Amino acid sequence: MGEPFIHLAAVQKAYRTRGTDFLAISEATFDVEAGELVSLVGPSGCGKTTLLKILAGLHPFDSGELKIGSRTQPFDPSRDIGIVFQAPLLLKWRRVIDNVLLPAEILGLPMAASRARARDLLALVGLEGKEDQYPYELSGGMQQRAAIARALIHDPKLILMDEPFGALDALTREKMNLELLRIWEEAKKTIVFVTHGITEAVFLGTRVIVLTAGPARMADNFRVELPHPRTLEMKTNEAFGEYTRRIYRLLGME
Amino acid sequence: MGGHPQALQRYALAVASHLGLIAAWYLFVKLGEVPKFVMPSPYDTVHALLVPNYRWPENIAVTTIEIFGGYILAVVFGIGAALLFSWFRWLEMAVMPLLVSLNMIPKVALGPLIIVWFKYGIGPNAMMAFAICFFPIVLTTARGLREVEPDLLDLVRTLRGSRWQLFTKIQLPGALPYVFSGMKVAAILAVAGAIVGEFLGSDRGLGYLMLQVQVTLDTAAMFMAVILITLIGVVLYGIVLALERMLVVRDARLA
Repeated sequence: MGEPFIHLAAVQKAYRTRGTDFLAISEATFDVEAGELVSLVGPSGCGKTTLLKILAGLHPFDSGELKIGSRTQPFDPSRDIGIVFQAPLLLKWRRVIDNVLLPAEILGLPMAASRARARDLLALVGLEGKEDQYPYELSGGMQQRAAIARALIHDPKLILMDEPFGALDALTREKMNLELLRIWEEAKKTIVFVTHGITEAVFLGTRVIVLTAGPARMADNFRVELPHPRTLEMKTNEAFGEYTRRIYRLLGME
Repeated sequence: MGGHPQALQRYALAVASHLGLIAAWYLFVKLGEVPKFVMPSPYDTVHALLVPNYRWPENIAVTTIEIFGGYILAVVFGIGAALLFSWFRWLEMAVMPLLVSLNMIPKVALGPLIIVWFKYGIGPNAMMAFAICFFPIVLTTARGLREVEPDLLDLVRTLRGSRWQLFTKIQLPGALPYVFSGMKVAAILAVAGAIVGEFLGSDRGLGYLMLQVQVTLDTAAMFMAVILITLIGVVLYGIVLALERMLVVRDARLA
């Protein structure tokens, strides 16, 4: 167990609105190892998205320590982050493959190689044959898969996902969970996955970090010792139930 | 492309309804024995084109130049102004309120003033058309450039994308649907602007012609002039639509 890939210690962030301070995150402390899939779960307003943006380097924080990258896994914050939002936000005027290429264009990566990689990624996410279509021709789930491919094109070390399946219907969401696990196992990235869904958090994560609101704080951090590859029927077994019960208790919902 | 027989059917129906209107017009005049100076028949209307005195080709050309000229200038300067606004926020904050106020002035009221300053002619009338179109184009373009999804901004920021990259890859193409919606509104206004200018004072053009034949009660010529003015507008609008079809993906188009 070497140096962690992500290290947070007592990170705090407050927002100042109308003269009062609102504590968005308080004392967030956890370590993430390279290759983990970490679920950040909690109710609305518990600071999950803020924490994600802090990891992305989009928001500064007030106090505490954040370190991403280690000697064995160097991290370049300008190139090693891939991000997937709740809405796919593909560019409507670009074909799917050109959407996937956007980060590569911005980073100035060689186009020929990137284009070939984009095709491979689209195949990986299950969109083979759809490269030349426009986003409006794809369903919500397919657009989100394209967004995932876009987050992988520049081969980042860290993928941040903010409730990416929240806007999908329940069945598609379950399917996308399995797809994400498959993609994660193939691509071997570190993923931080923000979600409202308690079962989703346990099903996907190798580790679950529970955040609570009012005030926002980190309530728990535990490993999910379920085998990979995960199957939907695991959702009904005893161990799985234990984990979800643990979260419910922490969120005061038992 | 699917639905071809459907498109053809709709097209045929549209043509049929227009022909139906002309037929109804003809019957109304004929059966109602309507005097020529109140409502001419379709035949008389077309016949008015044969009067050499009315100098149709010249007048059509003049009005067309005024409309297209004023419109193209409004598009160029309108989009240019909006681009400047998006690059210099302070400029937008300072100038936009002024433009909004100036836009409240009914352009029709500006007509006599333009004549006092610039006399009459193609230039001043084109200026009328310009004045009336300019603002919708600035407004819609500026709005289109401003409306970037905050999450997309975040995506570009995590990659340390430059402002120029954001502008060319996301803002500009994203603004096109808005630009075209403004251009379509402006196309309709340009026609009205030019004709109003001609009504207020000019010595050539289809609007001027209409005033001339009003005196002689040559209603057929008036009808013809109106039809031609409308057609100029239709052509302009059609060109804008064709451009939009080429440049904007179907699903991104606004009204």
